[in-house]
Amino acid sequence: MSQRGLARAALRTPTGVLALAGVVLLTVLAVVAPMIWGDAARTPDVEHLLEGGSAEHPLGTDNIGRDLLARTLVATRLSLVLAVLTVLVGAGIGVPLGALPTVLGRRSARAAAAVTDLALAYPALLLAIFLGVILGAGPEAAVLALGIASAPAFARLTQTLAASVAGSDYIAAAHVLGLSRRRILFRHVLPNIAEPIILNVTVAIGYALLAMSGLSFLGLGVQAPSYDWGRLLTESLDRIYVAPEAALGPCIAIVVAGLAFNGLGESLAKAASTRTSYARPPAAPAGSRLAATLPVADDVPAADEPVLVVEGLTVTFPTADGAITPVRGISFTVGDGERVGIVGESGSGKSLTALSLARLVPHPGTVSADRVEFLGRELSGVRSTDRDRVLGTSMAMVFQDTTTSLNPALRIGVQLSEVAEVHGELRRSDARRRAVERLRAVRLSGPERRLKQFPHELSGGMRQRVMIAVGLMGEPRLIIADEPTSALDVTVQQQILRLLKEIGDETGASCLLITHDIAVATELCDRILVMYAGRIVEDIDAARLWKGPAHPYTRALLAAVPDLETDRSVELASIPGRPPDVADLPAGCAFAPRCAFATEQCRQEAPPLRIDETDSHRVACWHPQEGSVVTHQARVETEAR
Amino acid sequence: MTAVDVERLSVQFHGRGGPVVAVDEVTLSVPPGSVVGLVGESGSGKSTLARAIVGLVPPVGGSVRIDGVDLGTLSPAARRRARRPVQMIFQDPNSSLNPRMTVGAALTEALGVRERAGRGRAVRDGEVAELLDLVTLDHRVAASYPRELSGGQRQRVAIARALAVRPDVLICDEVTSALDASVTGAILNLLRDLRRQLGLSILFISHNLAVVRYASDQIGVMHHGRIVEFGDAETVVRSPEHPYTRALLDAVPRLGGADASTAVP
Repeated sequence: MSQRGLARAALRTPTGVLALAGVVLLTVLAVVAPMIWGDAARTPDVEHLLEGGSAEHPLGTDNIGRDLLARTLVATRLSLVLAVLTVLVGAGIGVPLGALPTVLGRRSARAAAAVTDLALAYPALLLAIFLGVILGAGPEAAVLALGIASAPAFARLTQTLAASVAGSDYIAAAHVLGLSRRRILFRHVLPNIAEPIILNVTVAIGYALLAMSGLSFLGLGVQAPSYDWGRLLTESLDRIYVAPEAALGPCIAIVVAGLAFNGLGESLAKAASTRTSYARPPAAPAGSRLAATLPVADDVPAADEPVLVVEGLTVTFPTADGAITPVRGISFTVGDGERVGIVGESGSGKSLTALSLARLVPHPGTVSADRVEFLGRELSGVRSTDRDRVLGTSMAMVFQDTTTSLNPALRIGVQLSEVAEVHGELRRSDARRRAVERLRAVRLSGPERRLKQFPHELSGGMRQRVMIAVGLMGEPRLIIADEPTSALDVTVQQQILRLLKEIGDETGASCLLITHDIAVATELCDRILVMYAGRIVEDIDAARLWKGPAHPYTRALLAAVPDLETDRSVELASIPGRPPDVADLPAGCAFAPRCAFATEQCRQEAPPLRIDETDSHRVACWHPQEGSVVTHQARVETEAR
Repeated sequence: MTAVDVERLSVQFHGRGGPVVAVDEVTLSVPPGSVVGLVGESGSGKSTLARAIVGLVPPVGGSVRIDGVDLGTLSPAARRRARRPVQMIFQDPNSSLNPRMTVGAALTEALGVRERAGRGRAVRDGEVAELLDLVTLDHRVAASYPRELSGGQRQRVAIARALAVRPDVLICDEVTSALDASVTGAILNLLRDLRRQLGLSILFISHNLAVVRYASDQIGVMHHGRIVEFGDAETVVRSPEHPYTRALLDAVPRLGGADASTAVP
């Protein structure tokens, strides 16, 4: 997004609007005040010396009768100019110093970083006063002193930002291309760190203003006959008990200016950090969206005492350009002890489906459904302690990233027994005993010892086992595993899949596995739900998959990824085009633009998910296909097209 | 003579408990025009080896020869020039493209590396269009920023950028791992076409044995910084000798689970 987009985002908050208004007002004042009130601020009036507030002089007059309101207003220019100069000096020294390690070789870079560290170790304000004394009193000296004193902070900021960018692959790619270090700095590093630096500069102006006023107040900054707000404050201070309004003017000015610059910087920073989550390709034309998001009623297969029944589940996110619906009215069931896999590519809505079942959809997403029944209890209604208990003890959640799903600051034992203590109302010793038992159940060696360990002491595979053990601390009837093996090595992946299978067999718990890898799903699951653009397009027995799924997308997915049998001499099947943007879905079938079998009907009318022949197979397609797609046959088909 | 020759190359990192050997005296050759696959799990050293070849991490021992020239004997500037025919493509195209540069700007910059003389803009634009043609992308993509493209399109741009330098060797480090299944096939097909069309040699690195087998002529299996098995792709997969290769093979997920895969004729 452009800088303008950032400013617009910042202006959506009241703080942002107020702060920007303040900064604009101060800037205008700095330009026009000396022209308008310059004379009034300069002209002595011997008849009104050291007066208090009056109609003619709202803030009173000084010791030679000059109007203090006019002087406060006129001082805006000098105060602001000095603050901006100070920050320019600070950033002018600090940013290059911080960027230096990027351009230098390994050894010199370390030396440059050490200089910054050393400078940072010295308190900035002390350094400023020290430099102020050495350089002598006066505005130039004060600007230099404060600027130099603030340089190390800028250097550190730049260095940290540059280091994070320098680790990215596009910098590595630039090195491999053989680009010069200077070019890498100016074309690749600086443009990507400019934004946070500018934000910090804005905030720093506020601080510089305060610091400069402070130095002037101490007599180190601006000297008479010049005056800034700090100077005006000193001059009025000895009369504070007689005429407080005289000191009030510069005080208010300093506070308002400080708040305005800080507020602006803060709201810009906030806008910069939040807008990324909404960033997506350019807005879609309106009109097409409504038709596409209208859910089509699906068939719901009958099941005896299912653990989970979902009907018409929809997840919606508001965005600046209107609502988007990543999950569009899906229906499915999970039977008792059944293992169901949800397979889909990024953006298919598979993970949001899982999160919505556990009521974990991130703000500001909203979940709606005609019916979500877990163990016969309706979940889609209002929150209750009863429901939280059912979710907490009977539904277990396993996430992809084991480095973030366990709390790094707590020992394994605490994280395990917490569940049982809160929901199972077990005593600590009983909870501990159960924790050891569950760690043994997930085949973790030395369970007693593990209780005392922290997550970082375990490998990724071990952490995933612990995560599963946490889920087992209740008496789960359903384990939802969201890409549980995607962050793990292939050999470990196999072990975790086997473990999930064994645990299902031992406890009779059902499992809902979310994965992008259809082969992984078939290893564990009895049934596969294939999702595309927020809809289930096929619901099929895993055993039937290799005999031939009916939906062209499922078939293409199977044929696009090589397995160990794939003929190396022929091209792989590939799906033309790209996955649709959930904000801009076509009116009919979302897969139609990429489908070789699409007809006019497909482009106009979204196919509902209908039961096909047997009860265990549902497909949402106007032209379902037949026959196996395993390896060579798929390619013959695609080549024939 | 081979395109890339690695001899007894070692790379160490500084760990908390002393140096950690990431690559342990690896010897490997990529003959001209062929694809050598490297398979291994995280921490096996396969990516570190790739980064050492292109100079992103310094080796502690051994030598890298490009087109017969030992890089260790060259001055830093000459080494940089000598490395230019070897280009690398990274795993995640989200992070391997500068978010602040349009596709056109990124490709133009890479083209600039090859010929320093300032030529007309029209010529440059023509060359950018040629590169986009090579990776079968629409010319209009040149005006886009990476965030406006899909994962597959971004990976094509990354490949085009590497091709801008007219390399002899491509090092592909997990190039399909961050991509959706539906585009994996397309990227593998593209690499295959490019190899044929441009006579490229490729070092193809992946944790996925099925993908490596499909893409490569020869396969090296890496484990704990060493190549534990090396041979023709089909031989390594059909009759693995090292127990670790066998473990890797057993771990490949099969359609319909392990039982069903044996049932498939």
